[in-house]
Amino acid sequence: MSPFWIDLIIILIKVIVVMGALLGGVMMMAIVERRGAGFLQERLGPNRVGPWGFFQPIADGIKLFFKEEFIPAQAHKLLYLAAPAFFVFIAFATFAVIPFGDKLELFGRTIQLQIADVNIGILYIFAFASLGVYGIVIAGWASNNKFSLMGGLRSAAQMISYEVALGLSIIGILMVVHSLRLNDIIVAQTHYWGYLPRWNIFVQPLGFLIFLIATFAEVNRIPFDLCEAEQELVVGYQVEYGSMKFVMYYMGEYVNLVTFSALIVVLFFGGWHIPWIEGLAIHPLLLALLQVGAFVVKVFAFLWFFVWVRWTFPRFRYDQLMRFGWLVLLPLAIFNIFATGVVMVLIP
Amino acid sequence: MRVVTPKLSIIDRIYIPALVKGLYTTIKHFFMRRFTQEYPEEKRKPFPGYRGLHRLNKDHLGRVKCVACYMCATACPSQCIEIEAAEAPWKDREKYPVKFEINTLRCIFCGMCEEACPELSIQLTYIYEMADVTREAFVRRKDDLLATNEFWVLKEY
Repeated sequence: MSPFWIDLIIILIKVIVVMGALLGGVMMMAIVERRGAGFLQERLGPNRVGPWGFFQPIADGIKLFFKEEFIPAQAHKLLYLAAPAFFVFIAFATFAVIPFGDKLELFGRTIQLQIADVNIGILYIFAFASLGVYGIVIAGWASNNKFSLMGGLRSAAQMISYEVALGLSIIGILMVVHSLRLNDIIVAQTHYWGYLPRWNIFVQPLGFLIFLIATFAEVNRIPFDLCEAEQELVVGYQVEYGSMKFVMYYMGEYVNLVTFSALIVVLFFGGWHIPWIEGLAIHPLLLALLQVGAFVVKVFAFLWFFVWVRWTFPRFRYDQLMRFGWLVLLPLAIFNIFATGVVMVLIP
Repeated sequence: MRVVTPKLSIIDRIYIPALVKGLYTTIKHFFMRRFTQEYPEEKRKPFPGYRGLHRLNKDHLGRVKCVACYMCATACPSQCIEIEAAEAPWKDREKYPVKFEINTLRCIFCGMCEEACPELSIQLTYIYEMADVTREAFVRRKDDLLATNEFWVLKEY
């Protein structure tokens, strides 16, 4: 076989593995979220289907699959049907540039454990993540329901406000690393300060905080889930969606969650880097697998953090959300850039 | 009314310590005892005086204690007890019930029948699992009521 075909097959395998891992992550999250909620509220949560309730998402999926396919009479049919598909597509596509491991030497070939090694990885992620809001806004408009529309509008306003802070909060990292490629950012974090790994959380603590908060807004999780707000807007843009279309939103949301957890890990927690492992003599193949494992563990730690926060904090009011985004996060992000610049000049 | 908003210190205005405290509170509950009772495996123990399904008691000779005095049917606020009396075949009483039906769908489990009964014949047990699939099954006849005791189990279908 010619190298082209081999490369193609390798990429296809990577795509399938990542898709499978993401869907598996969605299923894991569906059960972890519900059982985690139960545990945090001193309940047990769903534990009937399978061991530890683990097949609950499958049971839910089967149930939702057999629900009635319903389209509201006054809805814009095409957009109504296209919106969830668009949302879930964007959610999956965003993950394409996340590196989930170091280079893997296999059969004399170097395989980059990443679907697409784009040199503007961060820009790609932000571009696609902002496209995700279209799935919500179109759904809100097309389903011809005032609650949906309000959810969509709120979501649009929220995304615009928080994406500014999100984007500005990582400028500090880009200034330090001098690259937009996610692999370069990880490699830059594999150095040490004494015994402390030089992860960006220690370099950019303020940037991390802003990024974390803005991420919650970006993935519509609870302190900022204004577009869903089940008490005011029922569930906002999802009101008119049932059956598999609802599942698509559900899946898309969790995939977004996984993507942004992975992004936090890549940007601030050294990605696949395992600290203090360089001195040990480990077979390179095993090391690569360990690094993938470390990445997955870190991502799951953040996924759990998202769940933990969801069952801890109440939702922001709309004006609080806007004031917080524009008057607190944005100035802080700009201050972070300024402070990083000053430090870089003082300590070359 | 004038609402006085307290002056917040700089630490309170940063909010981060409060957020961490909140997260600590919830994770503390993560490790606490769970209050869930897993129902079909783990049954609730009714408290003393719980008013569940009715039963008719028997005397030491195994005869029904009821003397068909209609006190319970009269006392019943939801009128769910239907008694048909007949001449007792025994010397020590005049009447006995040939038909004694309680419609448990009408019954409100107030326990008034129990209080009205002069013979301590009708009693409410601790049984609270009375689900069934037909309306007829909820009308508990004399034999059902006599067979009802604390060890009464659900019918198999």
